[in-house]
Amino acid sequence: MISNYLTLSVILFSLGILGVISRRNVFTVFMSIEMMLNAANLAFISFSRLHVSMDGQILALMVIAVAAAEASLALAVVILLHKHKGMLDTNIFSLLKG
Amino acid sequence: MEHTAIFYLGLIPLMPLIGALLIGILHVMTCKVGRFSDGFYGLIAVLGPAVSCIMALQVFELLRAMPVDQRILVHKVFTWFSVGELHINMGFMADPLSSLFLLFVTFIGTLIHIYSIGYMAEDKSFAKFFAYMNLFLGSMLILVLGDGPVVMFVGWEGVGLCSYLLISYYNEDRSNVLAGNKAFIVNRIGDLGFVLGMAFLFWSIGSHGFDYVTLKANAHMLTPAIGLVVCLLLFVGATGKSAQIPLYVWLPDAMAGPTPVSALIHAATMVTAGVYMVARFSFLYAHVPAAGEVVAWIGILTALVSAIYGMFQDDIKKILAYSTVSQLGYMFAGVGLAAYSAGIFHVLTHAFFKALLFLCAGSVIYAMHHEQNIWKMGGLRKKLPITYWTMVIGGFALAGCPPFSGFFSKDEILFSALAGGHKAIWLIGVVVAGMTAYYTFRMIFVTFHGEPHSKAAYEHAHEPPPYMTVPLVILAAGALLAGLLNLPEVMGGHQLVSHWLAPSVLDHHVHAGETMEWMAMGASVLAVAIGFFIALFKFAKGAEVPVFSGFTKFAYNKFYIDELYDAVFVQPYKRIGSVIWQQFDPNVTDGPRRFIAGLYGIAGSAFKVLQIGFVRVYAIYMVIGLSLLSILISQTLN
Repeated sequence: MISNYLTLSVILFSLGILGVISRRNVFTVFMSIEMMLNAANLAFISFSRLHVSMDGQILALMVIAVAAAEASLALAVVILLHKHKGMLDTNIFSLLKG
Repeated sequence: MEHTAIFYLGLIPLMPLIGALLIGILHVMTCKVGRFSDGFYGLIAVLGPAVSCIMALQVFELLRAMPVDQRILVHKVFTWFSVGELHINMGFMADPLSSLFLLFVTFIGTLIHIYSIGYMAEDKSFAKFFAYMNLFLGSMLILVLGDGPVVMFVGWEGVGLCSYLLISYYNEDRSNVLAGNKAFIVNRIGDLGFVLGMAFLFWSIGSHGFDYVTLKANAHMLTPAIGLVVCLLLFVGATGKSAQIPLYVWLPDAMAGPTPVSALIHAATMVTAGVYMVARFSFLYAHVPAAGEVVAWIGILTALVSAIYGMFQDDIKKILAYSTVSQLGYMFAGVGLAAYSAGIFHVLTHAFFKALLFLCAGSVIYAMHHEQNIWKMGGLRKKLPITYWTMVIGGFALAGCPPFSGFFSKDEILFSALAGGHKAIWLIGVVVAGMTAYYTFRMIFVTFHGEPHSKAAYEHAHEPPPYMTVPLVILAAGALLAGLLNLPEVMGGHQLVSHWLAPSVLDHHVHAGETMEWMAMGASVLAVAIGFFIALFKFAKGAEVPVFSGFTKFAYNKFYIDELYDAVFVQPYKRIGSVIWQQFDPNVTDGPRRFIAGLYGIAGSAFKVLQIGFVRVYAIYMVIGLSLLSILISQTLN
């Protein structure tokens, strides 16, 4: 029973990773990250249910709060990036190239 | 009452230091936008030393009210540092010796500050000068009051630093800067001796406490060999600071500074530090008479050599500088022969008459628009009457003519040498006394008598303002009368200074007959008279610029000692330095460093290819890394 939830969580997480590493649009990358966060939330809640403890739920709430804060910040960064270069392709932001 | 006076011990050095800080900050803040009036800075600058002087008087009075064998005040301000067995307190101590130093250092220091207000007027960094002067005085007071060699060393280094700052005060001229460097470097050599001596002292007997009282109590545990090493190393420090052979070379060059600085260095601060230090460690020197003998011989030879130099100089300040070196030699002869109170008494009288002579020289130089060559002066007696008469008093005191102060102190040293059986030292001392009289009056006659050598300068010469003349008169009174403080018993005196110092220094009293004492006095008076009359006949009617040849030329060039030091120490050192700089550094020390740097460079260029610059790729690295880590963790857990 619980394994279904966990499988879903793993699938969601893997999709998120795939999105982050394969997509070039900053927005898509950002949404993939959100997806990974929620996959983790799902896992937390599943385990919380399994162990009959509230810890996981609390952590999930925490993650949601942090994700909200992070979203506001990230969106601001995205706007600045757009202002700076005029487009949102991650490949053009490569200042760290060795 | 006692409590407040103990509190003063910490405040006495603090007052000039606060003054220095205040003036320094005001100067730095205002030098770009204009400046406060000289009077304002002068007031602050004089205030610190003056308040210290009043406090010093209180401390002195308090000590006087105490029983003779308990005259010691210790004030621990805070624990400075504590390493293993070494516990150093920032503490101050007053006993008869340091209280005597306190009195004349602050008193003469105050007078010199007042004089400087006149002398330095219109100088473009007036405030900077006074900040340094106050710092100088504060350092000297730390040196004198410090309870223990380490605190003394703080002051010791402080005066070294300030002498450097003040000697190269006129820093537009390269030679002045070099003179400052020379003073600092030569002092550094002496300081090394002091530090080593201190380390040996700690290593041998310092583990129970490193303040004077404890050290004095433990001094008997010193083995003679270690005691000798400690005493000689400390004396190396003293030769640096007090300009004795072989480290005296900086003092004549120190004349590059403004004249009040010379007065401060030569009279109240700095050069007396070495004598003070030897007297302070009299409990060590008492254990090793051999060390004392070395001190005395170096002292008297320095006195002789610098008196010879002094006889042939033509710069008014250089003559005085060599006379200081010479008088310091007497002081070391005194303290070396365990006649500490005689040596310290000479410090006291010397402080008065040397400050006076320098300030007189300063007012001559001021009147002659910074001309220092005595052969370009002449006939100034009518133009500068106050300066002339005060300088004559100072000259008689320096020459050691009775009843001026220098006579009593110098004679006491010479008498102790004779009575202690050191006839050679006594004889040299008497000869030097004659030479001192000669060069002192040579200077005074050439400067003030005869015909003016430079008409234009003579016409413009005028007596300086009262800021400068009043200190002269006060100091002249001191130079005249200070000798009476320690009037020997054969003259019906009470030797106040000797009795006062008795608890602090381990004086070695020799008993010799009254006849011998009168004879010793007679001999030195005779020598002084001969020196004086030779000078009178040769120079009183005016004299032409001398031409030196043979020995006199040799002496005029100071036996070429500076050149010798330059050839033997400075040039080889420079050459070693340049070899190290050009050969050793690039090839030997830099080799391994270059190799390692190259290694990192190669590694860097290898790893560089991984840094693509795309966020996605970094994310892949992260995923790979995390996956590997997870596998590793799951393996370990199973």
